[in-house]
Amino acid sequence: MEHAKIVELKKTSANIKLGALEAVYSASSGHPGGSLSIADILAYLYFVEMRIDPKNPDWEDRDRFVLSKGHASPGLYGVLAERGYFPKEDLKTFRQIDSYLQGHPDMKGVPGVDMTTGSLGLGFSASCGMALSSKISGKDFRVYAILGDGELEEGQVWEAAMFAAHYKLDKLCVFVDFNGLQIDGPVTDIINPTPIDAKFEAFNWNVISIDGHDFNQIEAAVNAAKACTDKPTAIICSTIKGKGVSYMENAVKWHGSAPNKEQYEQAVAEINAYVASL
Amino acid sequence: MAIGDKIATREAYGDALVEFGAKYDIVVFDADLAEATKTIKFKNAYPDRFFDCGIAEGNMVAVAAGMATTGRIPFASSFAMFTAGRAFEQIRNAIGYPHLNVKIGATHAGITVGEDGATHQCNEDIATMRSIPGMTIINPADATEARAAVEAAILHNGPVYLRFGRLAIPTLFDKESYKMEIGKGIKLTEGKDVTIVATGLMVSVALEAGKLLANEGISAAVINIHTIKPLDTELIIASARETGAVVTAEEHNIIGGMGAAVCEALSENFPVPVKRVGINDEFGRSGKVPPLLELYGLTPANVAANAKAAIAMK
Repeated sequence: MEHAKIVELKKTSANIKLGALEAVYSASSGHPGGSLSIADILAYLYFVEMRIDPKNPDWEDRDRFVLSKGHASPGLYGVLAERGYFPKEDLKTFRQIDSYLQGHPDMKGVPGVDMTTGSLGLGFSASCGMALSSKISGKDFRVYAILGDGELEEGQVWEAAMFAAHYKLDKLCVFVDFNGLQIDGPVTDIINPTPIDAKFEAFNWNVISIDGHDFNQIEAAVNAAKACTDKPTAIICSTIKGKGVSYMENAVKWHGSAPNKEQYEQAVAEINAYVASL
Repeated sequence: MAIGDKIATREAYGDALVEFGAKYDIVVFDADLAEATKTIKFKNAYPDRFFDCGIAEGNMVAVAAGMATTGRIPFASSFAMFTAGRAFEQIRNAIGYPHLNVKIGATHAGITVGEDGATHQCNEDIATMRSIPGMTIINPADATEARAAVEAAILHNGPVYLRFGRLAIPTLFDKESYKMEIGKGIKLTEGKDVTIVATGLMVSVALEAGKLLANEGISAAVINIHTIKPLDTELIIASARETGAVVTAEEHNIIGGMGAAVCEALSENFPVPVKRVGINDEFGRSGKVPPLLELYGLTPANVAANAKAAIAMK
């Protein structure tokens, strides 16, 4: 990828993070850590890869995106606002009584949300249904999903993994946000889901392991997924929870808590300083 | 299916999927029970539109939800226990909340599963499905109604829970003249002393109970409630007004089922004495079906006895 393109994507990712943080700060609740860890993946998908039309969010031949780790809704809303699905000002209404931006993604209320998620594991299964529909209809749209690493503890994830491999859902590409932390602590301390790559390989998936903050690696992995025509692809992304905000990085606390005013201002300053340094 | 022929509603479900599969672009999922749910018939007719999900019901219903988002009409089939029971949360969150156009074809509802016993006898599915906003619940009384219910479900835009049974039961309605309207109950007999509100296989039992009561000079109206949600409260209230007493009859726990729904509607609108016939908040057990029906009181005699008890409370 050209250097200029990478810089542009880094700026886009920073804007997604700013949007996510504004949403969580305004709501005084929400999940910032796992939103920041996926911002780079979201930037790549929504600004490079996916065939989508923000003016026609229900376009039936569009590529689909399912945020199976639905609690990272601030990240999803951040990228949708950045891509023009709805006004950025609306991010301030996140989780408010009169807002369409529900705590977890609601496909009926938010333009650009392709599946209602929040209960872990369900989005992954739903993405399999979409990919199967694409396959049997000859529509050729692709389906992307992001799963959390803690989410892998849900049994349904492995039901879906078996299903996707059995039906050779080659249009399905799943990112695992392997940031290593879940609400109660490090995933390896709670119920260890590792080795994640070997598990998906054993389930007969095409597996690629990357640094989830490296746009060249993200691009190469997505292209490799598209080149694989007989298996679904799992891209295991090593990421940093809270990426881009120093005090949030790798800190369990920021899985599901909101910054106060001072913390929010510091987070915004850090991200703006990062953008200025690019 | 001539009137009087004994056919299980699950058979009619399988046949209807094949029949309407020719007319509508439906997709059918099952969870390793296609032989039992009778979706095998659809599999044989349209192998390209049938997908076995293996023994993974939670995944199946959420896969169906994802498929529905792309505009297709999926049916997801398994036993009532493993859809409305095991996969309740997936149905609630992946289908109910986004109001997706998924049809859940649940067979082997109630105790007439028979020998498999309590783990497979689902007497709680109406209760769980009723509690999901926007869910339509249809519990057909015979093969004719089951066939019609499948087409009605296809034409209805939104989630539908279709409840079918394993037991061969008498065909009550004529296939050519029967018309199903979701949410509209059917008054089968007029009466002035008591109203029997029945659903599923208890409709034919209720009709027999009506005859027993007639022999004793008691005039019973019998209402067939094929759609439990939305409930035809208008018809039920009107009949309660005419008869002043009601007995409900269902192959389901009396808690949370059709009888409970009737009680809710009547107590808020036109309170009259009501007796509920159903499973009395207990688990089923293994056995042949006729003695099971006797043991749990799903008989014309017990419905008639409860009708008299309701009348006595007037």
